[in-house]
Amino acid sequence: MPASISVQGVSVEFRAPDGGPLPALGPVTFGLDAGSLVCLVGPSGCGKSTLIRVIAGLQTPDQGKVCLDGEPVTKPSRRVGLMFQDANLMPWRTVIDNIALPLELAGVPAAERREIAMKLLPGLGLADFAGAYPGELSGGMAQRAALGRVLIQRPDALLLDEPFGALDAMTREQVSSDLLALWAQERPTILLVTHDIHEAVRLGDRVLVMSPRPGRIVADIAVPLPRPRRVSDTYQAEFGAIAQAIRQAIENS
Amino acid sequence: MQRNTIQQRFYRPLERQITLGRPSIRRYVGLLALVLILVVWQVIASLRLYPSFIIPPPGAVLEKFITVVQDGRLWLHTSTTLVEVLGGLALGVSAGVVLGYIIAKNQIIEDLLSPVIVALQSTPVVAYAPLLVIWFGSGPNSKVLTCALTVFFPMLMNTVVGIRNTPAPLRDLMRSLGATRAQMLTRLEIPAALPVLLNGLKVSATLSVIGAVVGEFIWANAGLGFLINLSRNQYDTPLVIVAVLTLALMARALYSAVSYIERRALAWQQRTRRD
Ligand SMILES: Nc1ncnc2c1ncn2[C@@H]1O[C@H](COP(=O)(O)OP(=O)(O)O)[C@@H](O)[C@H]1O
Ligand SMILES: [Mg+2]
Repeated sequence: MPASISVQGVSVEFRAPDGGPLPALGPVTFGLDAGSLVCLVGPSGCGKSTLIRVIAGLQTPDQGKVCLDGEPVTKPSRRVGLMFQDANLMPWRTVIDNIALPLELAGVPAAERREIAMKLLPGLGLADFAGAYPGELSGGMAQRAALGRVLIQRPDALLLDEPFGALDAMTREQVSSDLLALWAQERPTILLVTHDIHEAVRLGDRVLVMSPRPGRIVADIAVPLPRPRRVSDTYQAEFGAIAQAIRQAIENS
Repeated sequence: MQRNTIQQRFYRPLERQITLGRPSIRRYVGLLALVLILVVWQVIASLRLYPSFIIPPPGAVLEKFITVVQDGRLWLHTSTTLVEVLGGLALGVSAGVVLGYIIAKNQIIEDLLSPVIVALQSTPVVAYAPLLVIWFGSGPNSKVLTCALTVFFPMLMNTVVGIRNTPAPLRDLMRSLGATRAQMLTRLEIPAALPVLLNGLKVSATLSVIGAVVGEFIWANAGLGFLINLSRNQYDTPLVIVAVLTLALMARALYSAVSYIERRALAWQQRTRRD
C-alpha cells in the first residue's frame, strides 16, 4: 500500500562554523498523495537533502513534524526506501548481496533472499553481474544496483535525493526511464530531488520549487501531461511551458 | 565516469599489482642477496680476522643448529616463545580491539582514557618490562604481558581509526533499513574497518615477537630470548645466531600468516574495473 506523506511546518537549524545558528530549512509544509510522484527542485544548499533526511527519520527537525499515513515519523521505517546521488554500495559485497541487504537485515534466509534478488537483476540490466563487486561496475550500473536494493524492500514510499546526479546524460535518461517503469508497476509514493528542470517535468505529477537557504516551498506546479512520457516529448510546447513556469519560480524566489 | 566515494577510498589497485603480479625472477633476486651475505660471511670467517667466538663460520652455525634440533633444546625454547607470542597476541589484540571500539564509539571514554594511553604508549616496553617481571614472575605469564602490551597500542589505534572511518552514508543506509546495533557492527563497521584492522594486525604480528623477547631478556627460564642471553654468557656465538635466526623466521612466519588472511579477506579489493 503506497503511503501518504505530510510535512507540517518542518524546520532545521545547524550550527555554523562560527558557533552561531544556521537555519538550513523551512519552515516547509506540504503533502504527498499516496502513489504520486512529486519532484523537488531548488538551488544548491537550500536544504533539499536535509528535508529528505527528516522525512526518512534520519534527522529530527527542530520544529514541526512529518507523518507517514498520519503516524508521526520518529525513526527510519522499512516502508520508506532511500536513494542518494552516490550508489552507496558496500564495496566488499557482490552486487547480489548488496541488493539483498534489506532482506538480510530483515532476517530473510540466505537462499530465499538471493532468489528474490536474482529475479530483479534482468530488469535492472545486471543479469550477468550478480557476482561482480561494485568496483567492477560503471556508474550507471552501480546506480541500478542501488535502485534494485530499494526495490527489493518493496517500499511504500521512495525518497530519491538526486539519484541520477552523478550519471552522464544518456545513462541518466535510461535509469530514470527504468524508474518510471517500475513506479508504474508498484506505485510507491515518490519524492524525487533533482536539479534538472526537464527531468522534473518529465517524471513528476507535481513539481515543488524551493527558495534558497533556508529553503521554503515557493511554488507547487502541477504537470497535467499524459503518461507515459517519452524523452522526446520534452521538446513539445506544453512541456516547455511548464518548464518555463518552474524556471521563473526559481528565479523569483 | 564518476565512481562512488567509498569505492574510491578502498581503491588501491597499484599496491596489489606490485605484491601479487611480481614476476618470479624478482623473488630470486631476493634469494641472491641471501646467498651473497652467506658468501661474504664465509670469506670473512675464513680470513680469521676475528676470533671464531666473534664471527663463527656459517658451517659452525649449521652444526650447532643440527645439534640443538637433535637434542630438543631448540624446540623447547622456540615453543616456549611461540606460546608466549601467541598468548600475548591473542590478549593484546582482543583488548586493543575491544577498547578501541569502545573509545571510537564514546567521546567521554576517549577523553577519560587518552592521557593514560598516550603516557603508556610513549613509554618503551623495555622500560616497564622489569616491573611486569617482578609482579608476574619469571614464567611465561610476564612475557605474555610484555608481548600483549606491545601489540595492544597499534591494535587500539587502528581499531579507533577503522571504526571512526565507517562511511557516514552507509551508516545512514543501515539505519534507514532498520539495522540493529549488532547488524551495524557485523554488516558495516567490521567489514568497513577490516583493511585498517588487518594492517594493525600485521604490525602487531611483527611487534609481538619483540615484546616476548624483551620479557625473556629480563628474567626467564626458557625461550629464545633466554637462550640468546644464556649462550652469549657462555661465548657460544653460533647458538646466539641460531636463536636469532629462529626468531626472525618466527616473526616472518607470523607476518606471512596475517598477509595470507588479508589477501583472502580483502579479495574484493583486487576486483576493480579499470577504465
Ligand atoms: N550536518 C550538517 N551540519 C552543518 N550544516 C549542514 C549539515 N548538513 C547540511 N548543512 C548545511 O545546510 C544547508 C542545506 O544543506 P543540504 O540539505 O545538503 O542542501 P541541498 O541538498 O539542497 O544542496 C547547507 O548550507 C549545508 O551547508
Ligand atoms: Mg543535496
